[in-house]
Amino acid sequence: MALTQPVDREVTPGRPRIHNPYSVLPNWLYPAFVVVALSLFGIFAIWVVFFQHEGYYAPYLSPFYSPLIKVGPIPPGVWVAWAPLVFRLSCYYYRKAYFRSFFGHPRSCAVPERAGRRYRGETAFPWVFNNFHRFAFYATVVQVAFLWFDAIVAFDFGGRFGVGLGSVLMLANVLLLSGYTFGCHAFRHLAGGDLDCFSCSLAARARHKLWKGVTVLNIKHDRWAWASLISVAGTDIYIRLLLAGVLHDPRWVM
Amino acid sequence: MELTTLDLNIWRGDAKGGELVSYRVPVREGMVVLDAVLWVQANMASDLAVRWNCKAAKCGSCSAEIDGFPRLMCKTPIAEYGGRISVGPMKAFPVIKDLVTDVSWNYEVNKEIPPFTPSEKDLSSSEPWRMQQKDVERVMEFRKCIECFLCQDVCHVLRAHDLKGAFQGPRFMVRIASLEMHPKDVLDRRALLKGKAGLGYCNVTKCCTEVCPEHIHITDNAIIPLKERMDDVYFDPVRSLLRRLGGGGKHPA
Repeated sequence: MALTQPVDREVTPGRPRIHNPYSVLPNWLYPAFVVVALSLFGIFAIWVVFFQHEGYYAPYLSPFYSPLIKVGPIPPGVWVAWAPLVFRLSCYYYRKAYFRSFFGHPRSCAVPERAGRRYRGETAFPWVFNNFHRFAFYATVVQVAFLWFDAIVAFDFGGRFGVGLGSVLMLANVLLLSGYTFGCHAFRHLAGGDLDCFSCSLAARARHKLWKGVTVLNIKHDRWAWASLISVAGTDIYIRLLLAGVLHDPRWVM
Repeated sequence: MELTTLDLNIWRGDAKGGELVSYRVPVREGMVVLDAVLWVQANMASDLAVRWNCKAAKCGSCSAEIDGFPRLMCKTPIAEYGGRISVGPMKAFPVIKDLVTDVSWNYEVNKEIPPFTPSEKDLSSSEPWRMQQKDVERVMEFRKCIECFLCQDVCHVLRAHDLKGAFQGPRFMVRIASLEMHPKDVLDRRALLKGKAGLGYCNVTKCCTEVCPEHIHITDNAIIPLKERMDDVYFDPVRSLLRRLGGGGKHPA
């Protein structure tokens, strides 16, 4: 077309549509998925923690009950579930997920936000408590240690080594939880992110190696977060179905 | 089907107001949005205001909203869109004319950040400074910033809530990170982060990372590490006590 060709010139009323070039999905899909997935998990977790008392089918222990503490009529999940709950609630990935999905701050990039109360971010109650994420990390590390113990015990069938579907699920669960926990941004900082000089001492060089390892896990922190959430629910459901007699655990015992 | 023409809607106006005006532009192979805008300026609207320089995604001048999303016009191929594209000025900054916005607020913010400060020993040394690759490669990522201010534009704290007095924005978190993590810098800017820089206003929703044309991991490598460094002082009594007992640390800014 010649540059001198006459062209149309007209006024187009209205606002331009918002098109995110980095995503082929509609911008409501991610928030909708997060709301549905986290709500379903939340309802399930409340049912397990507050209304269920049994989560052990030898030699498998539900991750909601590890370590197993039984004191009076209080359900065992109550004593342990707070640690992973606070860890996930203050996790940097989940912050993105729930701020976008439940609060619309923002629902998606460049999308207008609802007018409402003055935005304070994480400078005021309750979100200022997200700054204590590392303490939830410390508590979760202790729980992950217990889950490793449970996963090893899950291969012990009355003193004989064996492999059941439950053993495999428990091992997969603790691997995913470890990848999520030790890829955490707070641990990345504690491992070596707080250093300005990685080469200045023997300890700094060792921490640099650790920091690089944590960084590898940290890059896909969101995927670890979802995979471990699903594995926790999946492992618990499997053990619960064994307890109810709905499923039979396929096993190979030496 | 290959496009031969494009309906380009360009926002025309100034601080008092404006509207989208449609222009039909001939399409050439490999054309980017900036080509189309400059074609309009050359052939149809010589008074069209647009800021650009390198046309190579390195000067950071041609930031705009393309179909409502912050992008560099010179890095946006026409072929990614259909036969109709809307281009407007960045929403987070005041419009001067057409696609040109007043980004001077950013330069004022920049002045509030204490610059690179080496130790007295390093400053007086006649020897060249020696730094290992592992010590500077983290900072090198931040040095890629071209100051296009797309991250500032997309940040909802600045864009939707207009909290420019409270939060300095992702661009300046990147700058502070490049100084804080520099092995030769001795200044402690954590009080600035908690106070005037307003780091707490960021709720890590990662839009800044999504739009960065230099692919800097703004949230994961700058903002979150800075939040953790701030937490060391203000939200972690154990580390705070240990640091005081140790007597180490940087000089407060």
